Amino acid sequence: AMEDVSAKFVSQKISRARWRPPPAASLQAPDVFATGSWDNEDNRISLWSAGDLGNVGLNGEYHGEPHLLCDIQHNGDVMDMQFLDQERIVVASSTGTVTIFRHHQNNQTLSANHRWEKAHHHVDQDTSCGGAACTGVVCNNPEIVTVGEDGRINLFRADQKDAVRTIDNADSSTLHAVTFLRTIEILTVNSIGQLKIWDLRQQRNEPSQIFSLAGDRVPLHCVDRHPNQQHIVATGGQDGMLSIWDIRQGTMPVSLLNAHEAEMWEVHFHPSNPDHLFTCSEDGSLWHWDASTNVSEKPSFLHQGGRSTTYLSHSTINQSVVSAWLSNDPTKDRMEITNLIPNQTLSVNSLDVLGSCLVYGTDAEAIYVNRQLFA
Amino acid sequence: VADTVGAAPGSSRVFVVRRDQDIYIQTLRKLFNESHGIFMGLQRSEEELAGKSRKAQLVQVSKNYRSVIRACMEDMHQAAVSTRDPALQGQYSTQVSILSAMELIWNLCEILFVEAAAAGPLLLRLLDWVRLHVCDVDSMVREVLSSESPSKHKLFWNVVDVFVLQGRMDEARHLLSKEATANPTSMNMYKILDDLMKKMPMPSLGNTQTLTELELKWQHWHEECQRFLQDGTFASNPHMESICKILLGDEDAMLEKKELMTTWYHFLVTRLLYSHPTVKPMELRFYAQSSMDMFLGGESSPEPLDMILMAAFEFEMHQVIKECSIVLSNWWFVAHLTDLLDHCKLLQSHNLYFGSNMREFLLLEYASGLFSHHSLWQLGVDYFDHCPEYGRVYLELHIERIPLNTEQKALKVLRICEQRQMHEQVRSVCKIMAMKALRNNRLGSALSWSIRAKDAAFATLISDRFLKDYCERGCFSDLDLIDNLGPSMLLSDRLTFLGKYREFHRLYGEKRFPEAARLLLTLMTAHIAPCSFWMTLLTDALPLLEQKEIIFSAEQTYELMRCLEDLTAGNVDKQKFQEDDVETTKVEMLRLALARNLARVIVKEGTLEGS
Repeated sequence: AMEDVSAKFVSQKISRARWRPPPAASLQAPDVFATGSWDNEDNRISLWSAGDLGNVGLNGEYHGEPHLLCDIQHNGDVMDMQFLDQERIVVASSTGTVTIFRHHQNNQTLSANHRWEKAHHHVDQDTSCGGAACTGVVCNNPEIVTVGEDGRINLFRADQKDAVRTIDNADSSTLHAVTFLRTIEILTVNSIGQLKIWDLRQQRNEPSQIFSLAGDRVPLHCVDRHPNQQHIVATGGQDGMLSIWDIRQGTMPVSLLNAHEAEMWEVHFHPSNPDHLFTCSEDGSLWHWDASTNVSEKPSFLHQGGRSTTYLSHSTINQSVVSAWLSNDPTKDRMEITNLIPNQTLSVNSLDVLGSCLVYGTDAEAIYVNRQLFA
Repeated sequence: VADTVGAAPGSSRVFVVRRDQDIYIQTLRKLFNESHGIFMGLQRSEEELAGKSRKAQLVQVSKNYRSVIRACMEDMHQAAVSTRDPALQGQYSTQVSILSAMELIWNLCEILFVEAAAAGPLLLRLLDWVRLHVCDVDSMVREVLSSESPSKHKLFWNVVDVFVLQGRMDEARHLLSKEATANPTSMNMYKILDDLMKKMPMPSLGNTQTLTELELKWQHWHEECQRFLQDGTFASNPHMESICKILLGDEDAMLEKKELMTTWYHFLVTRLLYSHPTVKPMELRFYAQSSMDMFLGGESSPEPLDMILMAAFEFEMHQVIKECSIVLSNWWFVAHLTDLLDHCKLLQSHNLYFGSNMREFLLLEYASGLFSHHSLWQLGVDYFDHCPEYGRVYLELHIERIPLNTEQKALKVLRICEQRQMHEQVRSVCKIMAMKALRNNRLGSALSWSIRAKDAAFATLISDRFLKDYCERGCFSDLDLIDNLGPSMLLSDRLTFLGKYREFHRLYGEKRFPEAARLLLTLMTAHIAPCSFWMTLLTDALPLLEQKEIIFSAEQTYELMRCLEDLTAGNVDKQKFQEDDVETTKVEMLRLALARNLARVIVKEGTLEGS
């Protein structure tokens, strides 16, 4: 519900917001998130506590606005960010550097743990015109994969100084985002509208598969994979279009959904509730796509809202049910789409969702936290 | 560098701070962002609402602005308290004073202009205003109230006086009752005074009484107070006597308590409360001027803040804005206040020669200031949007000067331009980014930018680059791009050629020779290929001509020969062509191959099948 959103103006434009993952096998709601800023002379990585946990309201919900735990200066715009584990966070910079920051919980400070300078750069340093930003980073502890404006793909290991593998000129255009498909395969999207699968085991520097949209080569900005059904992939484009792909079949998307009026910056399947998808855009909106009404065979107890549904394991249930995302029968599709922002102004650059908590950051220098997403 | 920072915070001075870097103060950024949200909300708000609901809406907007100022003040105060650097502390404290003054002025403008409070409620609003903003006495009040026996405190009567001067009757009576219990001899006096204070008629917010009723009641009450004073009821207690005099509106008695009022506008409101509670808005100016004269008494001259408030009491809106513009170092305040007043339709009735454009002028100045900031420029865009006359031009000029550090920033700038159909700027940004990409050898990125701008010329440039690479290296780079051009291939002829040429190579590689041959010929005859490339194409035809199997038909061979002749004929004047051995050899080889093919194909085509 909208009343559960707490906002805070933070005097910096937020380019990324990420929940810190809870300790393994823990069911507690996330309470700490990280943000990265951009377009500042002094950019910062900040860690926040999401609302005052001591301040419990009538129904047990938490009140209070986020408050800053610690922050640290960051060189260049924060282009992308992901938690490697509970203490470490990997940050991609517009200078082409990739940094691992460590959060010291005992004295609430952040420090730079490891840095790969010039992980992304243009080849000929003499004639090169400006640096190449690192645009995307994804982790699967201890492996880290980064992509950038130089069309390069890097594979790092958290404990190793040099890159494990580098694919130079993997793409002739800018790579905008990367995500893991399986532990040895990654997905990338680029600025000429192509979705590519790379097999990291193979030594050849070619993608194993290339997918593209049928019409104009509209650049793709974000990509995410369905948490349980790994053949379902969602991408967001520069024209605000959401595309759902089934990578087992064909080279074109299964469905194209006209969504935002400007660039879609991030797309996320809900990690434990994957019939829900979230997208945010330059047009200032954040959409919640609810495909759960599509699936007819779903047992009735899953239709109830509230906290009880978020902790059920979905893996056994989904196997017998065709995913809502792939069914493209227009008469049966009753996807509920809600814009979660009532008074939109500037771009929503980033969002993250975990459990029933949503965090997002905007160019209006504000961060918003909603901890009652499915209430 | 800040000007004199002498007086204590909260006093009625506005510090003239000369500073370029106002907008770089971290805490003020919240002010800019939050007020941007309110501004946008106001621009988009329903104009169809008329009368009371519209006014209520505008008052709410005004309150929102003020709460943002107060929040900023709070943050700034926290920053001042927590910093250890004395220079920074001074800076923050100054900012707190400035923000406090801004809120004071805005609040008064809200009462007088936006809400346009009428006689009756006007006084109540002014009382609230004074109570909120004159807080020098707060610590004294707290001290006395929290002491064990307040009536014995040396500042006890000061606090009672403060309450009376601010019209806080209930609180004054409560304190007085403590004095009465401690001092039974004055019980009689106390009861009378208490009664008078209880019965004092006050304007009400609802419609429970008319002004005339209030005036009548007040007159009676005033006369009653007068009687008690003249009877000498309070003669034995100077404190209570002075309170009674104040209740009767005695200005000298009030002026004796100058330090408790601290400002002339407090004095003004107290005077009005006790001598003319039904004051009309238009009458304020007379009282204001005389109050200031009496209060300052020739000892000190009015400060800028005093002049601004005076202008407000005189309902000289333009004067208020002008004075504020001069005194404040940042356009934020005047731009937003003027915009609000304009929405209240208050500025249009004033026929100043630049009257209707004053709002726009101030907004343009403010937004231009935002554009000089490395990050706040995005807010400036929206402000320019709402300046109907010059906003677009200003935006066009400013947006071209934003440094495009990353592709993502360029994309945001592009989106702004596209949404406003600023085609020139779109082309400009895309060209800059495409050029950068080209210099870094990122041909795919460069192409992506040209597609966005629909820039055919640049697409041609990129294709030429590819073709040049091919000629030099004998193979294509970036096949993932060329093979997947899709409809964007049609953006420029050269790009189409590139795509088709690559297709030719693919067909050849797949050994689909007849199709490859047809494509090759089309490339030349349909003039898709640039003339400079014809030689290369003809040379590519050689292996096809030399195949065992006949690929080119007679028609096609004639076409090829014609192309060759066109090519060589055009170069007859060029010495270089003839002197170049390699070129001459190529031409000869081609002529030979074409002739041979022609011979074979004529025979083949002339032969009847099966004979």
